[in-house]
Amino acid sequence: MSDSFQLDGAPICFEPGQTVMQAALAADHYIPHLCYHPEFTPHGSCKLCTVKVNGRTTASCTLPAEAGLVVESEIEELNALRRTLVQMLFAEGNHFCPSCEKSGNCVLQALGYDLEVQATGFRQLFPDRPIDASHPDILLDFNRCILCEICVHASSEVDGKNVFAFAGRGITKHLIVNSESGLLRDTDIALADKAMQVCPVGVILPKRVGFSMPIGERRYDRSPISAQALEDAPRTPSGAHHE
Amino acid sequence: MSEKRKLKVATTSLAGCFGCHMSILDIDERLFALLELIEFDRSPLTDIKHCGPCDIGIIEGGICNAENVHVLHEFRKNCKILIAIGACAINGGLPAQRNHLDLGSCLTEVYLTEPGLAHGHIPNDPELPLPLDKVHPLHEVVKIDYFIPGCPPSGDAIWKFLTDLIAGKTPELGHGLIKYD
Repeated sequence: MSDSFQLDGAPICFEPGQTVMQAALAADHYIPHLCYHPEFTPHGSCKLCTVKVNGRTTASCTLPAEAGLVVESEIEELNALRRTLVQMLFAEGNHFCPSCEKSGNCVLQALGYDLEVQATGFRQLFPDRPIDASHPDILLDFNRCILCEICVHASSEVDGKNVFAFAGRGITKHLIVNSESGLLRDTDIALADKAMQVCPVGVILPKRVGFSMPIGERRYDRSPISAQALEDAPRTPSGAHHE
Repeated sequence: MSEKRKLKVATTSLAGCFGCHMSILDIDERLFALLELIEFDRSPLTDIKHCGPCDIGIIEGGICNAENVHVLHEFRKNCKILIAIGACAINGGLPAQRNHLDLGSCLTEVYLTEPGLAHGHIPNDPELPLPLDKVHPLHEVVKIDYFIPGCPPSGDAIWKFLTDLIAGKTPELGHGLIKYD
């Protein structure tokens, strides 16, 4: 018999080594998340998955599951904080959804919809972030980067190419291309790379396929992200599928 | 018994494309039901030039010039509830895509150096409102009470939002009606 913890009053069974996020998703319980990706080591940076455990807030993607934990997630207090996080991400970059080809398939946008974020609320920073269109097949639009770091991990851990990296600190932290010229055309990135598939927003895009899916049929037109994230579950540390 | 007073509603488009106003018309025959509950004050639909005391103000578009700022203040002064409608009013939208460019060089390129405008000059008629250095969303200038996102929001979203509000409920859009594109 496996151990269990409580999530919003429901018992969640877990296997040793699972995090609260992994166990919750495996048990069909959604916890909002943005920088967590089932195939990569969680680093708990976006804080969207923050839950309350025994009265304290903590990121559920990095919290090891333990028997007897009392975890709260789907409460207004936390959703209000999550809403603020999404608003700050929208204010910090240039997220102009009407012209973005990721619109309708974007995780940040879908989280905004699900949390009923109706406005940015903060002063827009309108940063100046030139795009990199140097590569013949791939476009980089840094305006939309939310620093989730998933492409950095995908490129180094799966593709073995280290195409992406971060530079700068604090508000000046930004995604860079790891080539002498700083341009994508001078890397060995390819369309089939894992790094091409993992961007939750519209930064890393294959050229010449934009807006191929009609409005109404895109991933998050069909149903909210809270309903769909569970389709990718169960998620275990090894990536092995739960029965 | 006196008839229930109709709510006064004013609308305007600032740095917008009137697409949100087209979407207001997209509530179609439900406009008749809406007009049982509201009457329009200043609006492109009435052509009234200035807004008097109103219950609800609905503003499309962001702030890109000095006149936009004056109109926005007129609405805030007169409307009990102010609603920003559409992407431009909420985050600057398309007009704000010029924000990372220098305004002077934009004007120079459009009116002076672009081929086809050999004898062009940068418009300077005193009747023309001066453009602002940057385009701003409405909430950066005055307090906004509600936001209806979308580019434009659908007629159904506007209908749901307004009928919730008029019924005294907190407006909620929900899946399918809340859109940023």
